[in-house]
Amino acid sequence: MISLSNYLVIGALLFSISIAGMFLNRKNILILLMCIELMLLAVNMNFIAFSYYLGDLAGQVFVFFILTVAAAETAIGLAILVLVFRNRRTINVQDLDSLKG
Amino acid sequence: MNIAIALPEIFLTIAICLSLLIEPFLPTDKRRLISYLLIQTCLIITTLLVINTFPADKAWGLNNLYVRDDLGSLLKISILLVTMLAFVYARQYLQEKGLWKNEFFILILFSVLGMLVIASANHLLLIYLGLELLALALYALVAFSRDDSRATEAAMKYFVLGAIASGMLLYGISILYGITRGQLELSAIASYLSTQEVLNNIPLLFALVFIVGGIAFKFGTVPFHMWAPDVYQGAPTAVTLFLASVPKLAAFAMLMRVLGESLGAAQSGWSQLLLVMGLLSVTVGNLLAIAQFNLKRMFAYSTIAHMGFVLLAAMTGTLEGYSAGLFYTIIYALTSVGSFAILILLSHQGLDAETLNDLKGLNERHPWYAFLMLLLLFSMAGIPPMVGFYAKFSVIQAMLNTGYLWPAVFVVLMSVVGEFYYLRAIKMMYFDQPEKHPPQITYPMDFQIALTANGLLVLFLGLLPTGLIELCTQALVASLP
Repeated sequence: MISLSNYLVIGALLFSISIAGMFLNRKNILILLMCIELMLLAVNMNFIAFSYYLGDLAGQVFVFFILTVAAAETAIGLAILVLVFRNRRTINVQDLDSLKG
Repeated sequence: MNIAIALPEIFLTIAICLSLLIEPFLPTDKRRLISYLLIQTCLIITTLLVINTFPADKAWGLNNLYVRDDLGSLLKISILLVTMLAFVYARQYLQEKGLWKNEFFILILFSVLGMLVIASANHLLLIYLGLELLALALYALVAFSRDDSRATEAAMKYFVLGAIASGMLLYGISILYGITRGQLELSAIASYLSTQEVLNNIPLLFALVFIVGGIAFKFGTVPFHMWAPDVYQGAPTAVTLFLASVPKLAAFAMLMRVLGESLGAAQSGWSQLLLVMGLLSVTVGNLLAIAQFNLKRMFAYSTIAHMGFVLLAAMTGTLEGYSAGLFYTIIYALTSVGSFAILILLSHQGLDAETLNDLKGLNERHPWYAFLMLLLLFSMAGIPPMVGFYAKFSVIQAMLNTGYLWPAVFVVLMSVVGEFYYLRAIKMMYFDQPEKHPPQITYPMDFQIALTANGLLVLFLGLLPTGLIELCTQALVASLP
């Protein structure tokens, strides 16, 4: 029997990996977008685990909403990414440095 | 079900969809004017629908997802009124820059809809959905000037940091969902926590850190402030005008709903977080604003300092503190929308007014606008008799009454430091000569009337502040449990 805490540890691990990925990544904006997705999936893992062990469906409904919003969010993120590439011909994170101070 | 409780939001949703549909069928020569008037009418009707039920008894509806109370209504009215002002200011700018598209107004209306939903949410799911509706529209708005490489860079930064913040908020919500044994309704969380031991509840504190982080991002307070200067500078001024003022009201609504109402039992936990973030924001905001030569960046850092005040007001956890925070946020929105309008006024074809140099000699060219800017800057600096003084005063009074003596002294010292950069801007307007002669400014009548009313309102509310302060206190008394 897998206990609730195992799922929560996996959720926390995924969340930490996504945060670490964002701060360690210095190369590519696409990887940032992937890390954001991973972060939301870590949250979904938490919600589903709690929902199952508490016997309460609201958590799973919440997950559907998060998935939908995440799709919309990524769509906007990719649109902005395309704009950045069109204007600068690069999607390197380190090149996003014209605004400073 | 009681659907009528969400009437303003339902009306606004339908109106947005209809105005999207109608716009292409309007006659080409008058399309801009008609769609602009249509959208302003939608906002006015929505405002009237909100005012219609203000003040009213607290009521729940839509299966307890939604709540209508005076706090929410007051915030909604301020959101809608400031948005209308922002549209008046943005119109000429968009035409001159060639940025006029109906989508600008539609996107802003969608983000306003998100804010209205946050202001009367009684469920964590609605808080999240409102927040995302607000944020997604704003990401698109920042990138509105598509060929400007600075604007797209700002949008990318805003998007990435905003997505991290909403991820953090969600993680906190998911932990809270587990701790409270499956409660997501704000009032149900409050009643569950009131029966529990909260002081040494480590999982609850863990969830609180994430939730407070998500809220602090919307305010733009330290340590979640990195996006603010870049986004303010990169976005077109008409977007910055909106971004800098109205969403702060929604952030305050979120703070009150989530921390004040549902997590009120854990006040001792979150007030420490808010205290540290508030003091850091006031320090960082005021000190870094001095080093800025770009006006938009300077206003961004000054916003960080102002939002630090709001957090410090909410930190006290008393009715007096909440009311001071509400008053401060409303006044801040009004003042900042006015000061960005002056920036719009100073920009001319192809060139945004951005640096402090653009303010030089404003008094000689346009004494009246210089005077209005003087009123707005004095209000931001907190010099009596402007209303900003009373806002700062009530926050500090609330802190003193709850025993935070040294933080209050520190905040006063930091505001004195902050005085410097406001006075420097005023000195440039009145005593310096411009380096080159900018063209004469001509703006339509509605812009001038709105700006004059905005500037004089800051003075008028400063002379007679009691009305608005009492309104804030009464709204909170009627709304808090």
